[in-house]
Amino acid sequence: MSTTGIDARPPSSIELDRRAFRRQQTTRSTLIAIVSTVVFAVAAWIFVINTPGWSRVQQTFLNWDVAVAAFPRVIEGFWLNVRVLIYSVIGVGIVSLVLATVRTLRGPIWFPLRALAAGYTDLFRGIPLIIVLYLVGYGIPGLGVFPRMPAEFWGTIALVTVYSAYVSEVFRAGIEAVHPSQRLAARSLGLSYSQSMRRVILPQAVRKVTPALMNDFVALQKDVGLISVLGAVDAVRAAQIETAAYFNFTPYVVAGLLFFLLALPMIRFTDWYTARVRRREQMGSIV
Amino acid sequence: MSLIEPGSGPGSGPGSGAATPDAAPVLRLVGIRKSFEGTEVLRGIDLTVHRHEIVALIGASGSGKSTLLRTANLLEQIDDGQIFLGDDDISDPRAKADRIRSRIGVVFQHFNLFPHLSVLDNVTLASRAVHRASRVEAERRGLELLDSIGLADKAREFPDRLSGGQQQRAAIVRSIATDPELLLLDEITSALDPELVGEVLDLVRELGRGGTTILMATHEMAFARDVAHRVVFLDKGVVAEAGPPAQLFEHSENPRTREFLARFTA
Ligand SMILES: Nc1ncnc2c1ncn2[C@@H]1O[C@H](COP(=O)(O)OP(=O)(O)O)[C@@H](O)[C@H]1O
Ligand SMILES: [Mg+2]
Repeated sequence: MSTTGIDARPPSSIELDRRAFRRQQTTRSTLIAIVSTVVFAVAAWIFVINTPGWSRVQQTFLNWDVAVAAFPRVIEGFWLNVRVLIYSVIGVGIVSLVLATVRTLRGPIWFPLRALAAGYTDLFRGIPLIIVLYLVGYGIPGLGVFPRMPAEFWGTIALVTVYSAYVSEVFRAGIEAVHPSQRLAARSLGLSYSQSMRRVILPQAVRKVTPALMNDFVALQKDVGLISVLGAVDAVRAAQIETAAYFNFTPYVVAGLLFFLLALPMIRFTDWYTARVRRREQMGSIV
Repeated sequence: MSLIEPGSGPGSGPGSGAATPDAAPVLRLVGIRKSFEGTEVLRGIDLTVHRHEIVALIGASGSGKSTLLRTANLLEQIDDGQIFLGDDDISDPRAKADRIRSRIGVVFQHFNLFPHLSVLDNVTLASRAVHRASRVEAERRGLELLDSIGLADKAREFPDRLSGGQQQRAAIVRSIATDPELLLLDEITSALDPELVGEVLDLVRELGRGGTTILMATHEMAFARDVAHRVVFLDKGVVAEAGPPAQLFEHSENPRTREFLARFTA
């Protein structure tokens, strides 16, 4: 079927008039938005630079020379954060999927495993991350049974431990949101429990919870900075060292900016994806 | 259409009365009992489906039709009785449930297709995952099946791009893609817009002509009367009456059957 016949028809003069008016409206609101933003920014700027302590704050937090001098070490530390992030994401993905799957197992023989998984998620969602970091980072090596490992190793373990508890709950919600008929349909095709899980339930579950997962990922991107409390020389710890060397806080600002730049694409992508999923759901698609 | 497998024989055409008595039983339910939370839903069901036979399961909503079909496919564990598929006692807990299910095709009322897989991947999943067919071989067969129902051009689409009738027809060919011995259909047209019911029933009719053995729960009385060799009327968890459609629909002496059918002719 050809639609060119419809497309080729020129719009009526009334429609052209309406379009012109809408364009004009759009231009106007864009202009208003720009002007008000600029006015607000300038006002805030003038206020801040006229505060009594401004020059001192500028000197200690926004010192360009210090930023340049500290940058190499901070970025080197930041690279450690990125690596810890990558390993953590992999670890969290595996552990949380296993936990979520275990929690959805039915039948009395699975009770001990199920209870264990439930206890785990309760425990590690209840304890502050920083305490888990200390317990894992200083406690486990203290047992003396494991070979000596760098601080970032234990930091990664602690991050995986805590984040898996959260993320497994997200996965579990996703698994439970898949319509039960899907499981029945998969099983009646002769797929085994694990085959239906892997090929039918989990792919749908993951799609359903992707926005929530991405939010947890953004949170993890920032929390990798906490491994510095164990002495790992990451961006935060490097900034701390540089700060002490220059008696100036600018290195922290540099580290903060690096974390922000890393997180920004993911934040934007999450918003975009969430909006898209919502649109598709409103259009009635199941996935 | 190429749904008819070679060697499946002429079978007994619709309207030719009950299946030949000497035809081998494909499914045999003996004294099936099943309770949910203390309520007995199936109260001793005996039912046999022979090779090439189409058996229609009718009965009010809540009479246990879906439960019966699920037990036959081992999706539900029975409290008592025995289920035979061919010569195998599949209610034996030592039976391999996954293998048995792959010998039975099932289509439910709705949500049959997997929304994250293309129509073709839906149709080929069991061949690939359970029967370990190569993707090439599974897809060749899958496309052939989709072509036979006029959906070859939708093979790469996702199910949500298909109409309800197309989805159910795709679900039906998915269920027969691995040549099961028995096809269980649970009110497969109940969730459809009225104008889409015909195309789905036509496909079932086609399969029946090809010799597929079918046990179907349905509310489509005209269809059951037209296509089924035998009709089983389930009432409150027991088989209240069973027989050829002509007998049940026209000459039933059973007051409960007559009362139930009266609701459809009113
Ligand atoms: N999983 C279940 N748990 C509890 N009750 C159930 C379950 N499945 C079915 N039932 C009950 O069993 C009865 C028969 O249901 P069903 O087999 O679906 O009937 P039908 O398909 O004939 O409408 C109904 O009363 C229903 O509420
Ligand atoms: Mg039902």
